[in-house]
Amino acid sequence: MLCLIVDDSSVVRKVVRRILEEMDIDCAEAADGQQAFESCQNTMPDVIMLDWNMPVMNGMEFMCKLRAHPTPTQPKVIFCTTENDTDHIQAALAAGADEYIMKPFDSDIIRSKFEQIGLL
Amino acid sequence: MLTADFDIYKDLLKTESGIIITPDKAYLLDSRLTPVARRWGHEDLDAMAAALRGAPDKRLVKEIVEAMTTNETSFFRDTRPFNLFKHAVLPYITQQRQNTRRLKIWCAACSSGQEPYSLSMILKEEAEKHGVFQTDILGTDISEDILEQARTAIYSQFEVQRGLPIQLLMKYFEQTDKKWQLKNDIRKMVRYRYFNLLDSMTMLGTFDIIFCRNVLIYFDEATKRDILGRMSKCLAPDGVLYLGGAETVLGVTDAFKPITGVRGLYAHADSEIALTVSEQADAKSAFMP
Repeated sequence: MLCLIVDDSSVVRKVVRRILEEMDIDCAEAADGQQAFESCQNTMPDVIMLDWNMPVMNGMEFMCKLRAHPTPTQPKVIFCTTENDTDHIQAALAAGADEYIMKPFDSDIIRSKFEQIGLL
Repeated sequence: MLTADFDIYKDLLKTESGIIITPDKAYLLDSRLTPVARRWGHEDLDAMAAALRGAPDKRLVKEIVEAMTTNETSFFRDTRPFNLFKHAVLPYITQQRQNTRRLKIWCAACSSGQEPYSLSMILKEEAEKHGVFQTDILGTDISEDILEQARTAIYSQFEVQRGLPIQLLMKYFEQTDKKWQLKNDIRKMVRYRYFNLLDSMTMLGTFDIIFCRNVLIYFDEATKRDILGRMSKCLAPDGVLYLGGAETVLGVTDAFKPITGVRGLYAHADSEIALTVSEQADAKSAFMP
Protein backbone atom coordinates (compact mmCIF):
# COMPACT_ATOMS: atom_id res chain seq x y z
CA MET A 1 0.00 0.00 0.00
CA LEU A 2 1.26 3.44 -0.91
CA CYS A 3 0.35 6.57 1.03
CA LEU A 4 1.03 10.08 -0.26
CA ILE A 5 1.65 12.45 2.65
CA VAL A 6 0.78 16.01 1.69
CA ASP A 7 1.78 18.69 4.18
CA ASP A 8 3.84 21.87 3.93
CA SER A 9 5.54 21.01 7.23
CA SER A 10 8.48 18.67 6.74
CA VAL A 11 8.26 17.80 10.44
CA VAL A 12 4.66 16.62 10.11
CA ARG A 13 5.53 14.65 6.98
CA LYS A 14 8.39 12.99 8.83
CA VAL A 15 6.24 12.09 11.84
CA VAL A 16 3.43 10.67 9.67
CA ARG A 17 5.93 8.75 7.56
CA ARG A 18 7.49 7.20 10.64
CA ILE A 19 4.09 6.08 11.95
CA LEU A 20 2.98 4.68 8.59
CA GLU A 21 6.24 2.88 7.91
CA GLU A 22 5.86 1.12 11.26
CA MET A 23 2.53 -0.08 9.88
CA ASP A 24 4.37 -1.45 6.81
CA ILE A 25 2.90 1.22 4.54
CA ASP A 26 5.06 2.74 1.79
CA CYS A 27 5.14 6.52 1.71
CA ALA A 28 5.65 9.33 -0.77
CA GLU A 29 5.63 13.02 0.13
CA ALA A 30 4.46 16.32 -1.33
CA ALA A 31 4.72 19.81 0.16
CA ASP A 32 1.56 21.31 -1.42
CA GLY A 33 -1.47 20.44 -3.52
CA GLN A 34 0.24 21.15 -6.82
CA GLN A 35 3.13 18.81 -6.02
CA ALA A 36 0.62 16.23 -4.81
CA PHE A 37 -1.36 16.38 -8.05
CA GLU A 38 1.80 15.92 -10.11
CA SER A 39 2.80 13.01 -7.89
CA CYS A 40 -0.63 11.39 -8.43
CA GLN A 41 -0.26 11.74 -12.18
CA ASN A 42 2.99 9.77 -12.00
CA THR A 43 1.92 7.17 -9.46
CA MET A 44 -1.58 7.06 -8.03
CA PRO A 45 -1.35 6.21 -4.30
CA ASP A 46 -3.86 4.05 -2.44
CA VAL A 47 -4.43 6.69 0.21
CA ILE A 48 -3.58 10.35 0.75
CA MET A 49 -2.98 12.03 4.10
CA LEU A 50 -3.86 15.62 3.29
CA ASP A 51 -3.23 18.90 5.09
CA TRP A 52 -5.71 21.72 4.48
CA ASN A 53 -3.72 24.96 4.61
CA MET A 54 -0.74 24.90 2.26
CA PRO A 55 0.85 27.38 -0.16
CA VAL A 56 0.44 27.14 -3.96
CA MET A 57 -2.61 24.84 -3.81
CA ASN A 58 -4.44 24.02 -0.61
CA GLY A 59 -5.76 20.60 0.37
CA MET A 60 -9.37 21.25 -0.56
CA GLU A 61 -8.46 22.58 -4.01
CA PHE A 62 -6.24 19.57 -4.57
CA MET A 63 -8.89 17.07 -3.53
CA CYS A 64 -11.57 18.66 -5.73
CA LYS A 65 -9.15 18.59 -8.68
CA LEU A 66 -8.25 14.97 -7.94
CA ARG A 67 -11.87 13.85 -7.57
CA ALA A 68 -12.75 15.54 -10.90
CA HIS A 69 -9.80 13.91 -12.63
CA PRO A 70 -10.69 10.83 -14.70
CA THR A 71 -8.76 7.92 -13.25
CA PRO A 72 -9.46 4.18 -13.04
CA THR A 73 -9.30 4.20 -9.26
CA GLN A 74 -9.65 7.06 -6.82
CA PRO A 75 -7.45 6.96 -3.73
CA LYS A 76 -8.90 7.28 -0.24
CA VAL A 77 -8.37 10.75 1.21
CA ILE A 78 -7.85 11.42 4.90
CA PHE A 79 -7.65 15.08 5.81
CA CYS A 80 -5.10 15.75 8.55
CA THR A 81 -5.36 19.35 9.63
CA THR A 82 -5.64 21.89 12.42
CA GLU A 83 -9.02 22.92 10.99
CA ASN A 84 -11.12 21.15 13.60
CA ASP A 85 -14.57 22.74 13.37
CA THR A 86 -17.67 21.02 12.04
CA ASP A 87 -17.99 23.38 9.05
CA HIS A 88 -14.58 22.35 7.71
CA ILE A 89 -15.18 18.65 8.43
CA GLN A 90 -18.56 18.64 6.72
CA ALA A 91 -17.17 20.55 3.73
CA ALA A 92 -14.37 18.00 3.39
CA LEU A 93 -16.75 15.04 3.57
CA ALA A 94 -19.13 16.65 1.08
CA ALA A 95 -16.24 17.19 -1.32
CA GLY A 96 -15.20 13.55 -1.18
CA ALA A 97 -12.92 13.04 1.83
CA ASP A 98 -13.15 9.57 3.38
CA GLU A 99 -11.92 10.38 6.87
CA TYR A 100 -10.70 13.36 8.86
CA ILE A 101 -7.96 13.72 11.45
CA MET A 102 -7.83 16.78 13.67
CA LYS A 103 -4.28 17.70 14.65
CA PRO A 104 -2.61 16.95 16.97
CA PHE A 105 -2.70 13.23 16.30
CA ASP A 106 -0.88 10.12 17.45
CA SER A 107 -0.22 6.68 15.98
CA ASP A 108 -3.43 5.24 17.53
CA ILE A 109 -5.54 7.82 15.75
CA ILE A 110 -3.85 7.26 12.39
CA ARG A 111 -4.23 3.50 12.74
CA SER A 112 -7.86 3.91 13.77
CA LYS A 113 -8.61 6.08 10.74
CA PHE A 114 -6.92 3.66 8.35
CA GLU A 115 -9.08 0.92 9.86
CA GLN A 116 -12.21 3.02 9.48
CA ILE A 117 -11.81 3.22 5.73
CA GLY A 118 -10.96 -0.44 5.37
CA LEU A 119 -7.24 -0.10 4.67
CA LEU A 120 -6.11 -2.29 7.57
CA MET B 1 7.37 0.32 50.38
CA LEU B 2 7.38 -2.09 53.31
CA THR B 3 5.86 -5.51 52.64
CA ALA B 4 3.38 -4.97 55.45
CA ASP B 5 2.25 -1.70 53.88
CA PHE B 6 1.97 -3.29 50.43
CA ASP B 7 -0.23 -5.97 52.00
CA ILE B 8 -2.51 -3.29 53.48
CA TYR B 9 -3.23 -1.96 49.99
CA LYS B 10 -3.39 -5.42 48.43
CA ASP B 11 -5.94 -6.65 50.97
CA LEU B 12 -8.00 -3.47 50.82
CA LEU B 13 -8.27 -3.62 47.03
CA LYS B 14 -9.13 -7.31 47.04
CA THR B 15 -11.82 -6.87 49.70
CA GLU B 16 -13.37 -3.68 48.36
CA SER B 17 -13.20 -4.27 44.62
CA GLY B 18 -11.82 -7.73 43.86
CA ILE B 19 -8.84 -6.16 42.09
CA ILE B 20 -5.69 -8.23 42.49
CA ILE B 21 -2.40 -6.39 42.92
CA THR B 22 0.74 -8.52 42.74
CA PRO B 23 4.17 -7.32 43.95
CA ASP B 24 5.33 -6.76 40.35
CA LYS B 25 2.53 -4.18 40.01
CA ALA B 26 3.59 -2.26 43.14
CA TYR B 27 4.67 0.61 40.91
CA LEU B 28 0.98 1.17 40.10
CA LEU B 29 0.36 1.89 43.78
CA ASP B 30 3.09 4.53 43.70
CA SER B 31 1.93 6.24 40.53
CA ARG B 32 -1.79 6.17 41.22
CA LEU B 33 -2.00 6.52 44.99
CA THR B 34 0.68 9.12 45.70
CA PRO B 35 -1.68 11.95 44.57
CA VAL B 36 -4.38 10.50 46.86
CA ALA B 37 -1.94 10.38 49.78
CA ARG B 38 -0.99 14.03 49.21
CA ARG B 39 -4.64 15.09 49.03
CA TRP B 40 -5.27 13.43 52.36
CA GLY B 41 -2.21 15.08 53.94
CA HIS B 42 0.00 12.01 54.12
CA GLU B 43 3.69 12.30 53.37
CA ASP B 44 3.82 9.08 51.40
CA LEU B 45 2.10 5.71 50.88
CA ASP B 46 3.61 4.25 54.05
CA ALA B 47 2.03 7.06 56.07
CA MET B 48 -1.32 6.52 54.33
CA ALA B 49 -1.05 2.77 54.99
CA ALA B 50 -0.80 3.56 58.69
CA ALA B 51 -4.05 5.55 58.43
CA LEU B 52 -5.72 2.57 56.78
CA ARG B 53 -5.07 0.27 59.72
CA GLY B 54 -7.96 -0.14 62.13
CA ALA B 55 -11.12 1.69 61.01
CA PRO B 56 -10.17 3.72 57.95
CA ASP B 57 -12.21 6.62 56.60
CA LYS B 58 -14.65 5.16 54.05
CA ARG B 59 -14.16 8.13 51.72
CA LEU B 60 -10.42 7.45 51.65
CA VAL B 61 -11.02 3.76 50.89
CA LYS B 62 -13.36 4.71 48.04
CA GLU B 63 -10.85 7.17 46.65
CA ILE B 64 -8.12 4.53 46.72
CA VAL B 65 -10.30 2.02 44.88
CA GLU B 66 -11.28 4.64 42.29
CA ALA B 67 -7.65 5.61 41.75
CA MET B 68 -6.66 2.00 41.18
CA THR B 69 -9.34 1.20 38.61
CA THR B 70 -8.30 1.18 34.97
CA ASN B 71 -10.47 3.32 32.74
CA GLU B 72 -9.00 2.46 29.36
CA THR B 73 -11.77 2.53 26.77
CA SER B 74 -12.65 3.91 23.37
CA PHE B 75 -15.58 4.12 20.99
CA PHE B 76 -16.15 0.81 19.18
CA ARG B 77 -13.16 -0.63 21.05
CA ASP B 78 -11.67 -3.64 19.24
CA THR B 79 -14.31 -3.09 16.50
CA ARG B 80 -15.18 -6.78 15.96
CA PRO B 81 -17.50 -7.05 19.01
CA PHE B 82 -19.51 -4.15 17.62
CA ASN B 83 -19.64 -5.56 14.10
CA LEU B 84 -20.94 -8.76 15.71
CA PHE B 85 -23.46 -6.77 17.72
CA LYS B 86 -24.77 -4.97 14.65
CA HIS B 87 -24.82 -7.86 12.21
CA ALA B 88 -25.40 -10.96 14.36
CA VAL B 89 -26.45 -10.34 17.97
CA LEU B 90 -28.92 -7.52 17.39
CA PRO B 91 -30.78 -9.30 14.55
CA TYR B 92 -30.93 -12.43 16.71
CA ILE B 93 -32.14 -10.79 19.89
CA THR B 94 -34.68 -8.51 18.18
CA GLN B 95 -36.11 -11.61 16.51
CA GLN B 96 -36.37 -13.27 19.92
CA ARG B 97 -38.11 -10.21 21.37
CA GLN B 98 -40.74 -9.65 18.68
CA ASN B 99 -43.50 -10.00 21.27
CA THR B 100 -42.21 -7.79 24.07
CA ARG B 101 -40.27 -5.43 21.77
CA ARG B 102 -38.05 -4.55 24.72
CA LEU B 103 -34.30 -4.82 24.82
CA LYS B 104 -32.16 -4.53 27.94
CA ILE B 105 -28.38 -4.24 27.82
CA TRP B 106 -25.91 -3.96 30.70
CA CYS B 107 -22.41 -2.59 30.27
CA ALA B 108 -20.67 -3.70 33.45
CA ALA B 109 -17.62 -1.50 34.14
CA CYS B 110 -18.62 1.06 31.52
CA SER B 111 -15.87 3.55 32.37
CA SER B 112 -16.45 6.95 30.72
CA GLY B 113 -19.33 5.70 28.60
CA GLN B 114 -17.80 5.00 25.20
CA GLU B 115 -19.03 1.38 25.15
CA PRO B 116 -22.70 2.03 25.99
CA TYR B 117 -22.77 5.06 23.70
CA SER B 118 -21.27 3.01 20.86
CA LEU B 119 -24.18 0.60 21.33
CA SER B 120 -26.65 3.51 21.43
CA MET B 121 -25.36 4.78 18.10
CA ILE B 122 -25.70 1.34 16.53
CA LEU B 123 -29.22 0.98 17.89
CA LYS B 124 -30.09 4.39 16.49
CA GLU B 125 -28.60 3.54 13.10
CA GLU B 126 -30.35 0.17 12.99
CA ALA B 127 -33.70 1.32 14.37
CA GLU B 128 -35.44 1.37 11.01
CA LYS B 129 -34.32 -2.17 10.21
CA HIS B 130 -35.64 -3.70 13.42
CA GLY B 131 -38.70 -1.54 14.01
CA VAL B 132 -39.66 0.18 17.23
CA PHE B 133 -38.02 -1.31 20.30
CA GLN B 134 -37.97 0.03 23.80
CA THR B 135 -34.29 -0.09 24.67
CA ASP B 136 -32.71 0.26 28.06
CA ILE B 137 -28.93 0.44 28.37
CA LEU B 138 -27.47 0.40 31.86
CA GLY B 139 -23.86 1.47 32.39
CA THR B 140 -22.28 0.69 35.75
CA ASP B 141 -18.87 1.36 37.20
CA ILE B 142 -17.07 1.38 40.52
CA SER B 143 -15.83 4.95 40.03
CA GLU B 144 -18.26 7.81 40.72
CA ASP B 145 -15.91 10.25 38.98
CA ILE B 146 -15.83 8.26 35.78
CA LEU B 147 -19.61 7.83 35.87
CA GLU B 148 -20.01 11.59 36.07
CA GLN B 149 -17.84 11.90 32.96
CA ALA B 150 -20.01 9.28 31.26
CA ARG B 151 -23.18 11.19 32.13
CA THR B 152 -21.90 14.49 30.74
CA ALA B 153 -20.66 12.65 27.62
CA ILE B 154 -18.07 15.29 26.82
CA TYR B 155 -14.99 13.89 25.10
CA SER B 156 -11.64 15.29 24.04
CA GLN B 157 -10.52 15.54 20.45
CA PHE B 158 -8.25 12.54 21.05
CA GLU B 159 -11.08 10.43 22.46
CA VAL B 160 -13.47 11.06 19.56
CA GLN B 161 -10.81 10.16 17.03
CA ARG B 162 -10.13 6.68 18.40
CA GLY B 163 -12.50 4.20 16.83
CA LEU B 164 -15.30 6.63 15.98
CA PRO B 165 -15.99 7.08 12.26
CA ILE B 166 -16.05 10.76 11.29
CA GLN B 167 -19.59 10.40 9.92
CA LEU B 168 -20.85 9.36 13.35
CA LEU B 169 -18.97 12.24 14.99
CA MET B 170 -20.74 14.66 12.68
CA LYS B 171 -24.11 13.03 13.16
CA TYR B 172 -24.26 12.47 16.89
CA PHE B 173 -21.92 15.01 18.53
CA GLU B 174 -21.91 18.75 19.06
CA GLN B 175 -18.71 20.71 19.27
CA THR B 176 -18.29 22.65 22.49
CA ASP B 177 -15.13 24.73 22.37
CA LYS B 178 -12.35 22.16 21.93
CA LYS B 179 -14.43 19.23 23.11
CA TRP B 180 -17.23 17.16 21.68
CA GLN B 181 -20.48 16.34 23.45
CA LEU B 182 -22.88 13.59 22.49
CA LYS B 183 -26.30 14.86 21.53
CA ASN B 184 -29.08 14.44 24.02
CA ASP B 185 -31.00 11.77 22.10
CA ILE B 186 -28.03 9.39 22.33
CA ARG B 187 -27.14 10.34 25.90
CA LYS B 188 -30.64 9.67 27.17
CA MET B 189 -30.56 6.12 25.82
CA VAL B 190 -28.12 5.19 28.61
CA ARG B 191 -28.65 5.35 32.36
CA TYR B 192 -25.74 5.07 34.75
CA ARG B 193 -25.37 3.92 38.29
CA TYR B 194 -22.57 3.10 40.70
CA PHE B 195 -22.14 -0.63 41.06
CA ASN B 196 -19.45 -2.86 42.54
CA LEU B 197 -19.30 -6.24 40.78
CA LEU B 198 -18.68 -7.85 44.17
CA ASP B 199 -22.13 -6.73 45.34
CA SER B 200 -25.42 -8.56 44.83
CA MET B 201 -26.76 -8.21 41.29
CA THR B 202 -30.35 -9.15 42.06
CA MET B 203 -31.50 -5.50 42.12
CA LEU B 204 -30.22 -4.88 38.60
CA GLY B 205 -32.87 -6.97 36.85
CA THR B 206 -32.54 -9.24 33.85
CA PHE B 207 -30.69 -8.36 30.67
CA ASP B 208 -30.76 -9.62 27.11
CA ILE B 209 -27.12 -8.76 26.50
CA ILE B 210 -24.34 -8.18 29.02
CA PHE B 211 -21.04 -6.56 28.12
CA CYS B 212 -18.35 -7.39 30.68
CA ARG B 213 -15.26 -6.82 28.60
CA ASN B 214 -11.73 -6.43 29.93
CA VAL B 215 -12.87 -6.48 33.55
CA LEU B 216 -12.38 -10.04 34.73
CA ILE B 217 -8.66 -9.89 33.93
CA TYR B 218 -8.18 -7.87 37.12
CA PHE B 219 -9.71 -10.55 39.37
CA ASP B 220 -8.49 -13.87 40.72
CA GLU B 221 -10.10 -17.16 39.62
CA ALA B 222 -12.45 -17.44 42.60
CA THR B 223 -13.72 -13.88 42.11
CA LYS B 224 -14.18 -14.44 38.37
CA ARG B 225 -16.19 -17.60 39.08
CA ASP B 226 -18.31 -15.79 41.66
CA ILE B 227 -19.03 -12.81 39.38
CA LEU B 228 -19.85 -14.96 36.36
CA GLY B 229 -22.07 -17.21 38.49
CA ARG B 230 -24.11 -14.26 39.73
CA MET B 231 -24.09 -12.63 36.30
CA SER B 232 -25.64 -15.76 34.80
CA LYS B 233 -28.72 -15.12 36.96
CA CYS B 234 -29.02 -11.61 35.42
CA LEU B 235 -28.90 -12.84 31.84
CA ALA B 236 -32.10 -13.90 30.07
CA PRO B 237 -32.17 -17.63 29.18
CA ASP B 238 -31.56 -16.79 25.53
CA GLY B 239 -29.25 -13.84 26.27
CA VAL B 240 -25.68 -13.17 25.16
CA LEU B 241 -22.63 -12.36 27.29
CA TYR B 242 -19.67 -10.48 25.86
CA LEU B 243 -16.23 -10.90 27.43
CA GLY B 244 -12.94 -9.28 26.43
CA GLY B 245 -10.57 -10.83 23.93
CA ALA B 246 -8.22 -12.06 26.67
CA GLU B 247 -11.01 -13.47 28.81
CA THR B 248 -12.93 -16.75 28.76
CA VAL B 249 -15.36 -18.79 30.83
CA LEU B 250 -13.53 -22.01 30.04
CA GLY B 251 -12.00 -23.47 33.16
CA VAL B 252 -13.59 -20.72 35.25
CA THR B 253 -17.31 -21.48 35.40
CA ASP B 254 -19.85 -24.00 34.12
CA ALA B 255 -22.60 -21.37 34.05
CA PHE B 256 -21.72 -20.23 30.53
CA LYS B 257 -20.43 -21.80 27.35
CA PRO B 258 -18.88 -20.19 24.27
CA ILE B 259 -21.28 -19.56 21.40
CA THR B 260 -20.08 -21.83 18.63
CA GLY B 261 -17.95 -20.08 16.07
CA VAL B 262 -18.07 -16.65 17.71
CA ARG B 263 -15.04 -15.92 19.86
CA GLY B 264 -15.74 -13.63 22.82
CA LEU B 265 -19.49 -14.34 22.99
CA TYR B 266 -21.04 -16.66 25.55
CA ALA B 267 -24.46 -18.07 26.39
CA HIS B 268 -26.01 -20.00 29.24
CA ALA B 269 -24.54 -23.50 29.43
CA ASP B 270 -27.92 -25.08 28.67
CA SER B 271 -29.00 -22.71 25.89
CA GLU B 272 -29.14 -23.60 22.22
CA ILE B 273 -28.20 -20.25 20.71
CA ALA B 274 -26.87 -20.36 17.18
CA LEU B 275 -25.87 -17.02 15.72
CA THR B 276 -25.68 -16.40 12.01
CA VAL B 277 -22.29 -14.80 11.57
CA SER B 278 -21.73 -13.29 8.16
CA GLU B 279 -18.35 -12.20 6.91
CA GLN B 280 -19.43 -8.63 7.62
CA ALA B 281 -20.29 -9.51 11.22
CA ASP B 282 -16.98 -11.25 11.81
CA ALA B 283 -14.94 -8.42 10.30
CA LYS B 284 -11.95 -7.30 12.28
CA SER B 285 -11.86 -4.04 10.35
CA ALA B 286 -13.47 -0.99 11.82
CA PHE B 287 -17.12 -0.53 12.58
CA MET B 288 -18.76 1.15 9.64
CA PRO B 289 -21.89 3.25 10.02
